[in-house]
Amino acid sequence: MNTDITENNSGPLIHVAPSPHVYSTQLTTRNMMRDVLISLVPVMLAALYYFRWLAVKQLFICVVSCLVAEAVFTRLRGRAISLKDLSAAVTGIILALSLPATAPWYVGVIGSTAAMGIGKMVFGGLGMNIFNPAMVGRAFVMIAFSGLLAASGYVAGGGVDIISQATPLTIYKQSGMVTPLPALILGKVNGSLGETSALACLIGGLFLCLRRTASWELSAGVLVGASIIGGVANVLNISNPWSVVHHLNSGALLFGAFFIATDPVTSPLTPRGKWIFGLGVGAFLMVFRLFSGYPEGLMFAVLLMNAVTPLLNRWTIPRPFGGA
Amino acid sequence: MAWFRQKYKDNIDPHAFPGNGTFAHGIHPPQCKDLAADSPIEIMPIPDKVVLPLLQHIGGPCAPVVKPKQTVRAGDLVGMGEAYVSASLHTPISGDVLKMAVTTLANGRHMQAIVIRSNGEQRTGQALWDIMFGGKWPQKEYQTLSPEEINAAIHDAGIVGLGGAAFPTHVKIDSDDRKPIEILMVNGCECEPYLTTDYRLMVEAPDAIVAGTMLAARAVRAKKAYIGIENNKLEAVESLRRAASGAGVKIAVVKTKYPQGSEKHLIKGVLGKEVPLGGLPSDIGVAMTNVATVTSVARGVMRNIPLTHRVVSVTGGGIVQPKNLLVPLGISMGALIAYCGGLRKTAARIIAGGPMMGFAFTNPDTPVTKGTSGITVLTHEEIRRVEQTVCVRCGRCVDVCPMNLVPTKIAMASRQNDFTLARKYNINACFECGSCAYICPAGLPLVQLIRTGKAQIAGAGR
Ligand code: SF4
Ligand code: SF4
Repeated sequence: MNTDITENNSGPLIHVAPSPHVYSTQLTTRNMMRDVLISLVPVMLAALYYFRWLAVKQLFICVVSCLVAEAVFTRLRGRAISLKDLSAAVTGIILALSLPATAPWYVGVIGSTAAMGIGKMVFGGLGMNIFNPAMVGRAFVMIAFSGLLAASGYVAGGGVDIISQATPLTIYKQSGMVTPLPALILGKVNGSLGETSALACLIGGLFLCLRRTASWELSAGVLVGASIIGGVANVLNISNPWSVVHHLNSGALLFGAFFIATDPVTSPLTPRGKWIFGLGVGAFLMVFRLFSGYPEGLMFAVLLMNAVTPLLNRWTIPRPFGGA
Repeated sequence: MAWFRQKYKDNIDPHAFPGNGTFAHGIHPPQCKDLAADSPIEIMPIPDKVVLPLLQHIGGPCAPVVKPKQTVRAGDLVGMGEAYVSASLHTPISGDVLKMAVTTLANGRHMQAIVIRSNGEQRTGQALWDIMFGGKWPQKEYQTLSPEEINAAIHDAGIVGLGGAAFPTHVKIDSDDRKPIEILMVNGCECEPYLTTDYRLMVEAPDAIVAGTMLAARAVRAKKAYIGIENNKLEAVESLRRAASGAGVKIAVVKTKYPQGSEKHLIKGVLGKEVPLGGLPSDIGVAMTNVATVTSVARGVMRNIPLTHRVVSVTGGGIVQPKNLLVPLGISMGALIAYCGGLRKTAARIIAGGPMMGFAFTNPDTPVTKGTSGITVLTHEEIRRVEQTVCVRCGRCVDVCPMNLVPTKIAMASRQNDFTLARKYNINACFECGSCAYICPAGLPLVQLIRTGKAQIAGAGR
């Protein structure tokens, strides 16, 4: 019998491997991170447009520091360097976009180092961390340099006029003055680099959700959670000119809903868990805004929900097919 | 409303059956069926010898009933299935019995095998096709057969499920008074990418399928019979609708999605019912078989011909000329590949079965068994191996698991030998469909880890 089964004499190299034998390349860890980078482009453009060189500087400092910190920490742990999965760059950009334009260079450097070191590496690197690294970094500098990151830290003189006023949430908290919605949506307001333009966040965020790179349940949860608490507050205090719509379009809410709450590593696995996580972030964010001394509460809300994510995973084990 | 239109657009008639024509979760891997879908079934020439492993089904091996040097005729019994869960073995060719040999099956198992050298004296070509699938399948004359008579004929013919699992059919359709069967479901989904054997049979031998379905339905005393087909096989739907008109067999067109051909998910799609976790279709009054299997039922009962041949797709980007072949059991996989022009230089993996659940093998001497539904040869481009990273906890595996499990948790628990946790996450409900590993952006070997965990749990006695 003809056992020569090849087309010609130089036989192909045949491997064995367990099933399945085909894979989807639509989504890989690397192109997930690439998608996140793409989706951040509108937000970065808005930041560059409104904050000019301040945004360039902040982004540059944070991205470079994150990459360096990741390289150093991985080397210290004796692991292969994992820079090519791009996740350090993503953390750097998100951290930069959640800092005020005015923050001096060492804030970015220290925040990045804390993000990669405390946020990620002590847990064992990408996939092992419990807390969103960018938010850990931000929390760290917020405690270390409370003055620079408090409401007044956002205001400075200089060539960029947008930073000459306080952020909309602060203005409102202090003087009751309401920034008009169009300004909030387009981004002609002060704030952390990434929060100025609601529109830019929305464009990038929808891209992420439509590509299914981000789980839409997370973003939807944040928006619904914030709307519920904001809506109740709105109804209870109907004369309040800062409506729930203002809340949704201001501060870090949209940025957080699409770019921070959607970090897969630090959010739940199950669809139900994702909803609860999102709702929790949205609700706590509003509670912080309404009742705490801080004008914004995204960072606290995300870290809080990160902490309960392992529990959410355990509580939301789905009912198996055919199960009771 | 949109849903309603969608259902019609997909050629799914919502009134034809109670289910909604699909199931939750699952994946859409590239079909790649066009490689072989339009090649009519060809009859493989008689090989010099066949190697018939004594175990090619689930259950106990059969006992050889022939001695070396003995002469056998095509269709003769050579191995007796003695256990209840077992199936007899018949030779597909006439010739002389050689010494017993040990062969390696595609799944890596070593098995004793009866080897028969051909003397060339048997039907082949069109004559073989005619007795296997051709001619008339007059159902009227068989309506007097009792379920016991049908089942005895199925038992004698050594029929097992030809969809891949190779579970003995007589056991599957044996009546159990505690679990009366209402519905017979015949699986024509063939949801594995690439494979086209069932498709070709539905197009070319619809009368045998309908006849076999009626017989199997009688054997299980079912009141209704459905043939479930995915809506990417409309030619098969047409062909079966024509053959089934007036016969009382319903054609249920379901949505194309992997793994729609899993028995639990086909039942869900067609009947809207869920087989209980850890249970069998018979628990909810359903008996399940497959289109290829019912053709051998028809042949065994009406023509008294045992299961000696089967249709095998030889396909994939690594095959020079993909084909569907009617081949004798025991022929070597290598002979089939050679008949199809051989491997391309780009071939990277040879799989017994389809790419989602099949076994990769390298030895061209591996024999075709009753469960060999196809040979898929893939190139690296088709495999598209994803670079492995750590789990990024994205939950995609949860989103696609047709059993609604949390694959990453089960896999990680298995990796850490934490079988209590693995069981808490219902590891045994996993049927290794591969959807989770297919989608995982981190390229994790989820199914492999789960399989290892299951084996360890089974090995530990529970
Ligand atoms: S799909 Fe892969 S990376 Fe995503 S949660 Fe499941 S195992 Fe982890
Ligand atoms: S866990 Fe099992 S049943 Fe679920 S997708 Fe993975 S292989 Fe399929």
